[in-house]
Parts: sequence; C-alpha cells; structure tokens
Amino acid sequence: MPINYYIFLALALFSIGIVGVLTRRNAIIIFMCIELMLNAVNLLLVAFSKMHYLKNAAADAMTTAGTDGQLFVFFIMVVAAAEVSVGLAIIVMMYRNIHSVDINFLNRLKH
Amino acid sequence: MNITQILFWFLSVVAIFSALMVITSKNPVYSVLWLIATFFAISGHYILLNAQFLAIVNIIVYAGAIMVLFLFVIMLMNLNKETEPQKNRWLKMAGAVAGGCLLLVLVAALKDTDIKQQQALVNEGNIGLIKNLGKELFTKYVVPFEISSILFLSAMVGAVVIGKKE
Repeated sequence: MPINYYIFLALALFSIGIVGVLTRRNAIIIFMCIELMLNAVNLLLVAFSKMHYLKNAAADAMTTAGTDGQLFVFFIMVVAAAEVSVGLAIIVMMYRNIHSVDINFLNRLKH
Repeated sequence: MNITQILFWFLSVVAIFSALMVITSKNPVYSVLWLIATFFAISGHYILLNAQFLAIVNIIVYAGAIMVLFLFVIMLMNLNKETEPQKNRWLKMAGAVAGGCLLLVLVAALKDTDIKQQQALVNEGNIGLIKNLGKELFTKYVVPFEISSILFLSAMVGAVVIGKKE
C-alpha cells in the first residue's frame, strides 16, 4: 500500500480533530478531539514503521528495523491514558465549581 | 483491486466518516460512541499493517478504558442532553475554514515529496508481533518503560487529589 495514502488519511483525521477543537465549546468534546489527533499520529507512526521495515527487509530478512516506531506508539498510548485521567479529573472539578463544561466560562482563569 | 485494498478503503471511509460524526453530533454520548467506531477502524488499519499488538492495545486501552472513562464522566455530570449553547455561527465557520486550510497546506506540501514511491508493507512482516516488541521493550526500552510506570503513579495520585472534595 503506498505510504502517501496513509499520510493523507492521517492528515484528514488530524484536521478533523483540529476543526473539532476550534468549533466545539464543550470541554469534553474538545478533549475527545485531542484523542482523535493522537490516534491520527499513531496511525502514521505505524505506517512509517512498516515502510522502514520494508526498506530494510530487502537487505536483511531478519531485520527488526521499524520496531522503534511501534514502541513509540505504545508510549504515546501510555501518556494519553495518564493525560485523560488527570484531564477528566480537572473537568469534573470545574463542573463542580461552575456547574458547566462550557469553555467560554473559563476564559478568565478565575471565578 | 484485491481484498487488502478494498479493506483499506473501507476502513478509511469508516474512520473519516465517524471522525466527522464525532465533531458534528450534538449529544456528547453519541460523540463518544462515534469516537469508539473511529478507534475500531484505526485498529483495523493496524491489523492490516500486521501490527497486531498495537491493534489489541488500541482496543483495550482506548475503546475499553479511556472511552468508558469519558462516558462515565458525561453520565456523572448528566450532560447526556443537548446542553451545548448556541454559539456564534461565524466563529464555527472560521474554525472549519482554518482546519480546512491546514489540511490543504499540508496536502499540497506533501503530495509531491519523493517519499511517495515508498510502500508500507501490509499483511506480512513480523515486527508488529508481541514477541519482537516485548523483547525490544524489556531490553532497549526498559528505562522508559519503568519511567512510564512512575508517570502512571503520579497521574493516579494527581487525579485523586484534584478530584476529591475540599
């Protein structure tokens, strides 16, 4: 499969995530769009990893080139899980204080 | 057009359509469900690229854990009605135009690069299997692995500290 198909698919998903962040005002949906962008990057990393593997496999059939890319994806997932737990705790605290998750009420950094 | 290409296009269309539904649904619960559909499509892409470990981890961690956390928070706050306030239509349009311009610029910049002769190996290659990834993870990447466990611990403590009542 040509690599530029994967590049364009990941770009489309990333741009959809950016449009979501810019147009929605519900903090939870903005958070979900950030997850979407992370997943677009993950998909591109895996595709590049397999591209790198194919390039090296011609010379050496036992090569493990490209493993690093897939491990980066694993670490991105780890960091995303930690980020989600803290971020949702912040959103819950914000809802408890101002009874809304509308980000327009949050533009003052005080209450 | 063989079965791999058909699957590729099908999964791509599903991923993009459900991503669009995530940002256009009014109800946050529907957004979460469409995002789960997007993650399943991306996991299908991982299986197509023979990255089986990441496909399973994507389903377990993202669709299983993170999205359940989102659903739990939405239902805890009773946001499952259409609570999004009416906002400025021009602002919404400006956001869509800005995102579209970013997509246009990136596609225009990347469509004639010389990387496009390269192929991504689908259906074969064993670097995505758990044997190879586990060996690499516990030899070369063992320090980042342990540091990520500390990150998890601190995130857990942080979430409890932030989330508890005063």
